[in-house]
Amino acid sequence: MSTLLEVNNVSKRFTMGGLFGRRVVDAVQEASFSLTTDKPEIFTIIGESGSGKTTLARMILGLEDASEGEILFRGKRISRHMGQAERLAFMSAVQPVFQNPFEAFNPLKKIERYLSSTARRFLRTSDRATIDRAMDEALQKVGLSLKEVRGRFPHEMSGGQLQRCAIARALIPNPPLLIADEPVSMVDASLRMSIVNLLRSLRDDLGVSVIYITHDLATAYYISDRIIIMQRGRIVEMGDARTVLENPEHPYSRLLKASVLSTDDAGAGKLATDPGMVDLANAMMGRAGKLVDRQDGRRVRVYDEA
Amino acid sequence: MSQQSNRDILKVDGLKAYYQMNYFGVEREVRAVDDITMTVRKNEVYGIAGESSSGKTSFIKVLAAAIRPPLRVVAGSATYAFKSGTIDVAHASPEEIEAVRWKHLSYIMQGSMSVLNPVRRIGKTFKDFAQRPLGLSGRAFEERVVHHLSRLKLPPDVLKAYPHELSGGMRQRVTIGLATVCHPEFIIADEPTTALDVVVQKEVLSLIREIQQDMGSSVVFVTHDMSVHANMADRVGIIYAGRLVEEGPTRQMFFAPKHPYTAHLVASLPRIGDTTQRPALEGRPPNLADPPQGCRFHPRCPLAVEKCRTQTPPLEEVAPDQRSACWRWMDVEPLVKPSAPVGVVA
Ligand SMILES: Nc1ncnc2c1ncn2[C@@H]1O[C@H](COP(=O)(O)OP(=O)(O)OP(=O)(O)O)[C@@H](O)[C@H]1O
Ligand code: SF4
Ligand SMILES: [Mg+2]
Repeated sequence: MSTLLEVNNVSKRFTMGGLFGRRVVDAVQEASFSLTTDKPEIFTIIGESGSGKTTLARMILGLEDASEGEILFRGKRISRHMGQAERLAFMSAVQPVFQNPFEAFNPLKKIERYLSSTARRFLRTSDRATIDRAMDEALQKVGLSLKEVRGRFPHEMSGGQLQRCAIARALIPNPPLLIADEPVSMVDASLRMSIVNLLRSLRDDLGVSVIYITHDLATAYYISDRIIIMQRGRIVEMGDARTVLENPEHPYSRLLKASVLSTDDAGAGKLATDPGMVDLANAMMGRAGKLVDRQDGRRVRVYDEA
Repeated sequence: MSQQSNRDILKVDGLKAYYQMNYFGVEREVRAVDDITMTVRKNEVYGIAGESSSGKTSFIKVLAAAIRPPLRVVAGSATYAFKSGTIDVAHASPEEIEAVRWKHLSYIMQGSMSVLNPVRRIGKTFKDFAQRPLGLSGRAFEERVVHHLSRLKLPPDVLKAYPHELSGGMRQRVTIGLATVCHPEFIIADEPTTALDVVVQKEVLSLIREIQQDMGSSVVFVTHDMSVHANMADRVGIIYAGRLVEEGPTRQMFFAPKHPYTAHLVASLPRIGDTTQRPALEGRPPNLADPPQGCRFHPRCPLAVEKCRTQTPPLEEVAPDQRSACWRWMDVEPLVKPSAPVGVVA
């Protein structure tokens, strides 16, 4: 088994000189996990707003350096200071997909411009026919075609189509790994499903692994193989997505699941959360504890007296 | 005055608002709000749902008196009956709108950062927005604001902070604080919880609900997230391609929808514990510059018949308090089952 991505004891600390005095924020603390090349998977990161998910993603993309620990991609260390050739090779293998399809595109530029500049850069060619072929292939993978997209501006496409185009752009260099930070948070349920179904088919049909960052437990359950749950910079629970989400063990994971709004009682105005649950989850916040293995394969953070 | 108008605080009548643009000499018109008639009652939460670019934000921008060219009201009215008098915000002058803003009518925009000036401390922003409408100054004003913030579980310290120093959840509470500090009669909120984690989302929603009930205000709440509507709204209205296609009491909308699009929206929600493949709606949202003839939903509708292609269905009462714009509303099957009886027999 060879590893695709290895995150080893990674921490990230930001120092902010703010109004409340100088402050350090431990955005990510001692995160470890790895993905293998043999089995493409959808690896989901879920957790609090501000719990370090985006920071972790940015470190994996080489946009931010870890304060401690290291991240290896195919055995090579990822850093902001990679040489240009090295960076290009790395970027063609690990591609980001951003949150808001409407903001990712400049309204005054035709969509194909994004695709063609990516193709030119990664295929290192300016041959029109080659570029067109690469664009069309990538668009076909997401259920579109160059014919449909050519000549159109972002406002002439729906949010779902734009998000598909953004994913197509990321697919041009044929990367084995996509990092999707909340790719569906801005779209309605119907589009959301078409995008997660697309991520699933990228995994199943093209062997692409996806790191899927989301707040949406339902789609996480629906498509993920493995999941990690983060609270205030720390992984508090990780394992097989179904196992963890069906029966979360850590107090924060339990609170997360209990906070998912259900439609079963539509119209009843149920918005209360069990305060005991909130207190219990808050009590764990910021505490180190340690991750222990459970029989069902998951790992859970436990604390001395807990 | 009829009993109806007494119960209502907002009456929208035949409202049309279009983006009118001129691209290199070519006139283009996008009919983002196309003939909407509805009312909002006193002391209710009215949820507006619909897919992206269906016209939700454009519609409530008119209601919030926050439209700018190229968006223009081309027909109809949106009249509020405030305690201070009635005002048609579709036609009012900037001065008239200024007189009701924040005090009677407030608007929580999409993306909390858009109201919070990044280089202005939160306390300053409160002054800018609320000092004049509240008619308080100095200590009295500050006390009022601090007291209000404490209800939102925010420490007085936040007044000295810049927006970027607060977490997403805190910023969202600050925005809600701004929108509610003057105890407005009507609050409009656009996607106030999108991009928050589910724990904070629930906290923010119950806060809005609590404040609304305390003050007896009306809230119009826009989000594409149906699970939020399920738990927040008293009534839900569904917008498709610039039109209101169905509205009714929340429970009926979820378990006895009378429009195929509503039925689809409700059914497309994935649930934890369910891995069955859910079909996404075929086709794409209609182009509002050139919407389909007849029922605008017909190219994507599983129930469409010939008539739907040519004749526009009117929005009509089809069940108690429930209106639908569909020729075949009686054939719409609910796709989800409630955990308890719905209380109306269709
Ligand atoms: N450039 C930066 N400078 C200072 N602090 C930062 C910076 N980037 C992130 N942080 C802080 O690091 C923490 C983690 O932020 P991050 O954006 O990774 O969270 P997230 O899990 O992606 O949140 P969300 O769900 O809201 O997107 C937060 O406390 C944030 O304020
Ligand atoms: S009017 Fe026809 S096309 Fe429109 S929703 Fe009803 S059945 Fe479908
Ligand atoms: Mg983030």
